[in-house]
Amino acid sequence: MSRSELRKRIEEKSLILRRDIIRMTGEAGSGHPGGSLSAADIVSTLYFYQLRHRPAEPKWRERDRFVLSKGHVAPVLYAALAESGYFSRDILWTLRKMGSILQGHPDMKKVPGVEISSGSLGQGLAVANGIALGGKLDQLDYRVYVLIGDGESQEGIVWEAAMFAAHYKLDNVTAILDYNGLQIDGTVSEVMEIRPIVDKWRAFGWHVIEIDGHNVLAIIDAFAEANTIKEKPTMIVAHTVKGKGVSFMENAIDFHGKAPTKEQMKEALKELGEVDC
Amino acid sequence: MSEDKKSTRGAYGDALLELGEADENIVVLDADLAKSTTSIKFAKVFPDRFFDCGVAEQNMMCTAAGLATTGKICYTGSFAIFATGRAYEQVRNTIVYSGLNVKMCPSHSGITVGEDGASHQTVEDIALMRVIPGLKVVVPADYYEAKAAIKAAARIEGPFYIRLGRPSVPIIFNNDYEFNLGKAIKLKDGSDATIFAIGIMVSASLEAAKILEKEGINAEVINVSSIKPIDVNTIIESVEKTRKVVTAEEHSVIGGLGSAVAEVLCERLPAPIRMVGIKDLFGLSGSIPELLEYFHLTPQDIVLAVKNLVYQ
Repeated sequence: MSRSELRKRIEEKSLILRRDIIRMTGEAGSGHPGGSLSAADIVSTLYFYQLRHRPAEPKWRERDRFVLSKGHVAPVLYAALAESGYFSRDILWTLRKMGSILQGHPDMKKVPGVEISSGSLGQGLAVANGIALGGKLDQLDYRVYVLIGDGESQEGIVWEAAMFAAHYKLDNVTAILDYNGLQIDGTVSEVMEIRPIVDKWRAFGWHVIEIDGHNVLAIIDAFAEANTIKEKPTMIVAHTVKGKGVSFMENAIDFHGKAPTKEQMKEALKELGEVDC
Repeated sequence: MSEDKKSTRGAYGDALLELGEADENIVVLDADLAKSTTSIKFAKVFPDRFFDCGVAEQNMMCTAAGLATTGKICYTGSFAIFATGRAYEQVRNTIVYSGLNVKMCPSHSGITVGEDGASHQTVEDIALMRVIPGLKVVVPADYYEAKAAIKAAARIEGPFYIRLGRPSVPIIFNNDYEFNLGKAIKLKDGSDATIFAIGIMVSASLEAAKILEKEGINAEVINVSSIKPIDVNTIIESVEKTRKVVTAEEHSVIGGLGSAVAEVLCERLPAPIRMVGIKDLFGLSGSIPELLEYFHLTPQDIVLAVKNLVYQ
């Protein structure tokens, strides 16, 4: 497959994820669409290109693992899992409803394909390190991918885990920072500056790659580069746009933790090319 | 060290060695306290399966969770205050909510940490761990019970909190002791009052029972090492007979054994209770005997509590 065909194929999947995110949060009446949309191209490239996984066998021992540390963007993960075939797409519309397996934040005991329950920020990288250690102990060559938020990077445990991964030379860990620049109380720079973020990760002993987090070919290339790095974990700093793909949600802080209204849902789905909405 | 006294933390290193020998899925983490927790014993024999996390308990707990998802049985050490206080939310949300196979066995619980003082003496760890849904909480009374419980935890799926201590404490059991989760152990029969005890207060309660016997009071002594799940039947059976209850713990009377026993009794069989424990206070620097006396955790304090009920 040529690179342009590959790009087209992954972007088509990203579009499906974005529509699902809108519909899921719209139907639920709550949830976190902004960060789900900013992470959509990263998650899409993981599930529909990069990850070695078997949706029919979620506990396959040799699978690559994806840890969603910023658990509030559960909709993008659920959409990717459903589209991959881990569970029926019908379940997506039960998000956040009583009795649904799709809790507001991911629950590994309820959802096939969820590697760890998350939602409390900061904990995913340490979990990813543990999974990576397990892989090394078992001499399995799977890789562990972990998606971290920019606001989340204000949590102290992120840096404890950063130290740990470098200390134990966990080259099977690839972290991705969804750097959309917005958090609940304002811009990340206003609330609690995390820059110079690339220098910080380098100083912690990581290999760092900086990319446009909506360019799927750049994402693919970054994953490929990470695979070649030995004795060091890799951090991909992915510059993204919160709410990406829906004009009135882009860079709109309010859509961090607010679902679209029914009207907004229709409008957004139209923008995302859904015909029968 | 004499054979009549041994620390429960000493059982940790010894149990880990046996576990590590038998099962290569046993992995041990510590947070720069391997010498104090005794996990260093495991680290020396199985260096590839031991990971020091540095002074970063939150990170240690989540790393343990990750290891557990790969099929490892992960033991974590630290001091009880940091394992439960510093890392509380990691324990709650990432380990226990996910039901992961992590066995938390911190040492230096209670005030018998001694000279280090209040910052290092947790009097509330049982309360914190007991309220996390589904977490199993065990407080061993001596070295052999600690060793048996630590080993049993490897065979029982899911997270555990096993509370260990720094000081040498009297030996009650022996190497053949079998730990049964959810089972309280009657150590002495009695009819006038029941003393429910945990940890170092079990041997203190046995001593108290001897003193009471000389005064004509026949106290039953029950070791409630399995705080959660708690042995409702054994508690009810004993109190149906004695109708008088004393609880004894090296922990705050708020949220610990006293509360756990009261929760059982107030629903099923209301009975007067006296709680021997720490009265809503922080710890202090001092020698262990001085501290036990100051916080009213001596056999004599248990004797007084029993008499207070019997003669009221």
